[in-house]
Amino acid sequence: MAQLEVDIVAADGKVWSGAARQVSAPAADGGMGILPGHTPVLAVLRAGEVRVTEHAGSPALRWTVDGGFLSVDSDQVTIVVDDAQPVTESH
Amino acid sequence: MAGSQRVYRQRIRSTQALKKMFRAQELIAASRIGKARDRMARATPYARAITRAVSALATHSDVSHPFLVERRDTGRAAVLLVASDRGMAGAYSATVIRETEKLIARLTAEGKRVVLYVAGRRAETYYTFRQRPPERSWVGQSDAPTSELADEIAGVLLDAYTAPAEAGGVDELHVVYTQFVNMVSQRPRVIRLLPLEVVEGVVEPGQDEVLPLYEFEPSPEVVLDALLPRYVRARIHAVLLQAAASELAARQRAMHTATDNAEDLIRTYTRLANQARQAEITQEISEIVSGADALAAAS
Repeated sequence: MAQLEVDIVAADGKVWSGAARQVSAPAADGGMGILPGHTPVLAVLRAGEVRVTEHAGSPALRWTVDGGFLSVDSDQVTIVVDDAQPVTESH
Repeated sequence: MAGSQRVYRQRIRSTQALKKMFRAQELIAASRIGKARDRMARATPYARAITRAVSALATHSDVSHPFLVERRDTGRAAVLLVASDRGMAGAYSATVIRETEKLIARLTAEGKRVVLYVAGRRAETYYTFRQRPPERSWVGQSDAPTSELADEIAGVLLDAYTAPAEAGGVDELHVVYTQFVNMVSQRPRVIRLLPLEVVEGVVEPGQDEVLPLYEFEPSPEVVLDALLPRYVRARIHAVLLQAAASELAARQRAMHTATDNAEDLIRTYTRLANQARQAEITQEISEIVSGADALAAAS
């Protein structure tokens, strides 16, 4: 099964990087979910929550971000934000 | 004769005191440079991601944006000079200031009025002393710039660039800083940041790398609007970090040389002092001998 290569970078360093099954991010005009095989896209993010699911069924890793952008290009997802804070409590 | 010995001893003592100070400065710079290089490395992924996205946008869309088109209505050009807060770094600040002077002369010859922005106390005092106070200056963190400082500088410069001509807008924005090549080589560089020349990335994507045909969400214009200010901010942050690492490397090298020179001086003075002491002893002996001879001859 194809996987996404995810990089989350903030202005002062790399926040997280690894393989994942699914990524969801707060795009400017509504939440956006990305699965493997997504078409290349460059999207603006507003403040909100980025969620990364590493394996099917595992709890998502979550970060609160304050705006940035996201690029998807042949299963390579790059989320560039000004600042990212991990959300610790599970849902 | 006893006088010259005393003078040499004094010089040795004061040179030893200076040497201690040079050595301390060298060690401080050496311990900070690792951190400065770390910060540079940590900011790289962000800069690379943004540069890639901007290149993708510039190649795959033909939207125009104020940051990408030449502006000719104000006759003013902004120059950001990045120097150090403190001296003791050899010719570090002097070199970037000289480059800035050259750039200012060139822009003036092109008929533009230069609006100067400086970061670093040395550059600020250089210009205020010469009765050409900069438009705006930032001092206090030249060797460890934070991303907040980069945001602030970028904010001021972007405001100047987007302002209308009557409100002090500028046509273009140049940056003079010192590029950190490696520990022994730092090069002064002049770049034109705005209007953008995207090819000149912080980290350029590989030549053979084909950029994919992106879709833009919600639209290319909105993406550009969000991306370009961030790109400028990332570039300014990168410039500040490079300058900080360069400053520390220059200081370490300058202070190392100063320590060596102080040691040489101490060695020379010690030799001279020994010579003076020897000369004094020889003279005393010959005085005593000739005195004894004179007494013997008289009796």
